[in-house]
Amino acid sequence: MIEVKDLHKSFGDAHILKGITTTFENGKTSLVIGQSGSGKTVFLKCLLGLFEKDEGSISYDGKIYSELSTDQKRDLRSEMGMVFQGSALFDSMTIAENVMFPLRMFTKQSKSEMEDRVNFVLKRVNLPDAHNKMPSEASGGMQKRVAIARAIVNNPKYLFCDEPNSGLDPKTAIVIDNLIQEITDEYDITTIINTHDMNSVMEIGEKIVFLKDGLKAWEGSKENIFITDNEVVTDFVYSSELFKKVRKMYLEEHKK
Amino acid sequence: MTYLHNIGAYFLMIKDMFRKPTKWSVMKTLIFKDIDDLIMGSLGIVAFISFFVGGVVTIQTALNIDNPLIPKYLVGFATRQSIILEFAPTFISIIMAGKVGSFITSSIGTMRVTEQIDALEVMGINAVNYLVFPKFIALMLYPFVISIAMFLGIVGGMAACFFGGYSSIDDYIVGIQTDFIPFHIAYAFIKTFAFAFLLATIPSFHGFYMKGGALEVGKASTTAFVWTSVVIILLNYILTQMLLS
Repeated sequence: MIEVKDLHKSFGDAHILKGITTTFENGKTSLVIGQSGSGKTVFLKCLLGLFEKDEGSISYDGKIYSELSTDQKRDLRSEMGMVFQGSALFDSMTIAENVMFPLRMFTKQSKSEMEDRVNFVLKRVNLPDAHNKMPSEASGGMQKRVAIARAIVNNPKYLFCDEPNSGLDPKTAIVIDNLIQEITDEYDITTIINTHDMNSVMEIGEKIVFLKDGLKAWEGSKENIFITDNEVVTDFVYSSELFKKVRKMYLEEHKK
Repeated sequence: MTYLHNIGAYFLMIKDMFRKPTKWSVMKTLIFKDIDDLIMGSLGIVAFISFFVGGVVTIQTALNIDNPLIPKYLVGFATRQSIILEFAPTFISIIMAGKVGSFITSSIGTMRVTEQIDALEVMGINAVNYLVFPKFIALMLYPFVISIAMFLGIVGGMAACFFGGYSSIDDYIVGIQTDFIPFHIAYAFIKTFAFAFLLATIPSFHGFYMKGGALEVGKASTTAFVWTSVVIILLNYILTQMLLS
């Protein structure tokens, strides 16, 4: 479980995170949503330790991150998988080499064992024949799936995804969402996804944290988000006519 | 304050370069790749420049000696001294700051922009060690490049003498053997090792800590070239004062 207490982060005079407290449970997919500039990416990068927090605490299964030594932090990070917004695949490596990279770095597996594992995860993300392609030869959706494969290849305890379906067509976006959800369930990973894609919220949000101006404005499940009367949340989530109709239908159905 | 901050960050990066080393099986591959990119990939341009600049040094020396009392072998002597003491170690290092330095800054900077460095750090990898250390080790072979530059510079001078008729080959060979001080070679290689360290670390620093997008990668490459050249020139002065005076 990841516990965040009173997290603050500023860059110069800009106070980005203004005291966020929340928890992310094991084996669940949690979504962090909010408008652009609400502090989602900074929040995620603080969780990953890529940004140093100013105040507050972040603990991973009881281990307070800021109290760990540099080497302990690096060891903890080796238990994390991350899917970056732009996939962040290594340009100089093939897709198979990208996926194999964490195994080469952190395990003592033989080459054939690593190849077996790479074949397995590439098959798992529906890319059984992409081994020898370079990242530049892969489409956006393929790159995201490779990034997911690389993130899960070493059986991480925590999976972080920064807008995993940004720039993807709706169909591919749903495929990616479902893939992350399935992998989270299969491997009992603590997954946190940053998104402002409302389809993701409706599809996979077991827990949703809504950020506004660096503060946690609301949290709950995807069922709760249909019935909440929190105006800040409803203004954001139901800003389109389509989602307003979806909510209306949901509420009418559940009245009966 | 920014300069002080950057100098501090640079030395912290160097300290980090030796901490938590990357697995040897992976590091070995990275070192060989960097030897190929940084050393082998520079041989062509270094050979070309050395040969022709050696020729130009010879021609200019010969054309400026119009006193019949000055022996002709002085052309070879002056060419050797210019090439071994300054041209090969310093001038080639400035060229390498442009060629190798901008390559290092832009490749690391692009990794920063595309979040590949973040990906390494999230995996718990010491990104400075992973990216900078192999370049540092690869550039420890830089004296090999400078040896070739010295040799080809002197050969270029000899070719200029032969084809231009500025002095006989025999005079030139006598000149390059006259008053040879072996410590000058040691001095040149001490400088070369120091410059190799700067060539590996200053451009890496500018790439690693750059902020922004593609435009800033270009700016960082230019800044890295300027600072690497400035530090090479300053260090050249300091080392010359220390070792030769």
